[in-house]
Amino acid sequence: MNETIQVPTMAEYMAEGKKPEVLFWVGCAGSFDDRAKKITKAFVKLLHNAGVDFAVLGTEESCTGDPAKRAGNEFLFQMQAMTNIEVLNGYEIEKIVTACPHCFNTIKNEYPGLGGNYKVMHHTQFLKSLLEEGRLKVEGGKFKGKKITFHDPCYLGRANGEYEAPRDLLRKLEVELVEMKRCKSRGLCCGAGGAQMFKEPEEGKKDVNIERTEEALGLNPSVIAAACPFCNTMMTDGVKGKEKEDQTAVMDIAELIAQAEDL
Amino acid sequence: MMHYLPNILFLIALAAGIGYFTMNIKKIIRNVKLGRDVDVSDHKKERWNNVVRIALGQSKMVVRPIAGILHVIVYVGFIIINIEVLEIIIDGIFGTHRIFAFLGPVYDVLIASFEILALLVFVSVVFFWTRRNIQRIRRFWAREMTSWPKNDANYILYFEMVLMLLFLTMNAADLQLQQMGADHYVQAGSFPVSQYIAPLFDGMSEGSIIAIERTAWWLHILGILIFLNYLYWSKHLHIILAFPNVYLGRVQPKGQFKNLESVKKEVELMMDPNADPFAAPAETEEEGAEPEKFGASDVMDLNQVQLLNAYTCTECGRCTSECPANQTGKKLSPRKIMMDTRDRLEEVGANINKNGKFVDDGKQLLDDYILREELWACTTCNACVEACPVSIDPLSIIMDMRQYLVMEQSAAPNELNVAMTNIENNGAPWPYNQMDRLNWKNEA
Repeated sequence: MNETIQVPTMAEYMAEGKKPEVLFWVGCAGSFDDRAKKITKAFVKLLHNAGVDFAVLGTEESCTGDPAKRAGNEFLFQMQAMTNIEVLNGYEIEKIVTACPHCFNTIKNEYPGLGGNYKVMHHTQFLKSLLEEGRLKVEGGKFKGKKITFHDPCYLGRANGEYEAPRDLLRKLEVELVEMKRCKSRGLCCGAGGAQMFKEPEEGKKDVNIERTEEALGLNPSVIAAACPFCNTMMTDGVKGKEKEDQTAVMDIAELIAQAEDL
Repeated sequence: MMHYLPNILFLIALAAGIGYFTMNIKKIIRNVKLGRDVDVSDHKKERWNNVVRIALGQSKMVVRPIAGILHVIVYVGFIIINIEVLEIIIDGIFGTHRIFAFLGPVYDVLIASFEILALLVFVSVVFFWTRRNIQRIRRFWAREMTSWPKNDANYILYFEMVLMLLFLTMNAADLQLQQMGADHYVQAGSFPVSQYIAPLFDGMSEGSIIAIERTAWWLHILGILIFLNYLYWSKHLHIILAFPNVYLGRVQPKGQFKNLESVKKEVELMMDPNADPFAAPAETEEEGAEPEKFGASDVMDLNQVQLLNAYTCTECGRCTSECPANQTGKKLSPRKIMMDTRDRLEEVGANINKNGKFVDDGKQLLDDYILREELWACTTCNACVEACPVSIDPLSIIMDMRQYLVMEQSAAPNELNVAMTNIENNGAPWPYNQMDRLNWKNEA
């Protein structure tokens, strides 16, 4: 069955004279990358499940400019930022949620200086707030008792100090949460940040994602939980490289919750 | 007149020591001011909090418990034993002996704590030396830790060992003289450590012990003055600069990279539908003024906080040992970024000393010190910034240099150029059409 999910756009809301509770910023990975699209869909299911009135920008969304900025192209970044801010301000957006820590960081921290002021939440923070408001039910389902380790995305963790929201959600799933030695503020990068995702790594002894995957696999987890589409790709590649994809899955927190509930 | 000779010699040594140090500190200030201005008038309360927590409280040092606790001992020892230096200076100037002895029991407690701390500092420093030279902890043996940086680290440890030994020897001789009832040596102080050294002087004549006491006293204070002046040439400047550096350190979330104001002006103009593309340049721009350079290729392009960062770095290598690029064998080492910045800044400073002003020497920070390969290996993960116990930000320098490479030189790695062209044309780093952005909702 070709299930089409209900994803209203801001343009549609505008035409009806309505304003959503929150804008879901999908991001480039969430829109185009096959693996990340699954995360997007899982998150949308959770939004529907919790009865969240949301909309996306759809074709009016464009790259936040994060990779351009981290690559050193401040011009391109600011062009992207200002174009996006014009669209967002045109719709009088107040609250944004995104499943990408890079989009999250850029819109939250770097857009205000360019005229874009919004309340920005990472999807793990948003899901946690839905839980606290009693709108979303997360409880031990399929993953109860399963050994799961969480890989901190740099741009959620160190960059913005959020270490607990994703872990709180995992605890709600009653999983056996095991920590890697390098976790939280000392978490090791997956290797994708700073525009590395879009280039070959410099010469070295090893790729960063392999180093990180080895650390995670050392714990023998059934799932490596991620909260960033780029970390997800890097860790998935790492697990495949080690031929461990039968034992260990790499999943986003949103996917874990959606699957636990069989949504 | 001869009677005052020691006082005069002391004053000369003190004036020379402090004078030369002040001169070099002024050089550092001048060099730091070669950097761009940066507004640090914000977040005052948070900045002071950081000084208390990170600098005074050493909160980041103890993330690594062994090195952290050893360092706290040396740091507390350094601060507290300095009270004794005050007494030594007063005694030296006025020819008195143990001027604070009138404090009685308080003095006993003070001297006793100095002694215990001196012993603890000595032991900690021996541990540090062992970690560096016997245990050979990896971060102390990296590519950039050869020649001067390697020797410098050991010289500091030897200095501290010798100073502590001199201090304890001085006290031990003093105690022995007090017990012998020697003239001038007042009964004062409690000597929990040096009482075990004092028996070494049993059977020596009063004159010999006085000679030992005086020699230790003089070498100790001269050693301190020499050490003070050694700081300028050493990575050890952090004992002073850590405090201003932490105050000036990052107070925004680590993920917030600064938006370049110079770029903002141009982008705003480009995006303004009312702007006249053929208009003459704004009148505020001075005739013949050079357009602002984007990013950094040399130390003068960095800001003053970044340059202070470079002088503050004590080359502990915590940044480098946490760096994902470095851990996986890439050339990038955040510590080297800081060391290179300081070396180049010192080179520029020497150039100014010689020529009165900076004369182009055909060198720059980029390529002559920091390689492009190092800059492009960074994942901007902030592990180095998080790891630094004194709030140094190597990532900001890497970013400024990338900006120079991309915006002034168009010298990004080719794959990045492709990604950036995609962003420019399609609004995504991959070659997908922006009009397909919502297709996912209809895909099974």
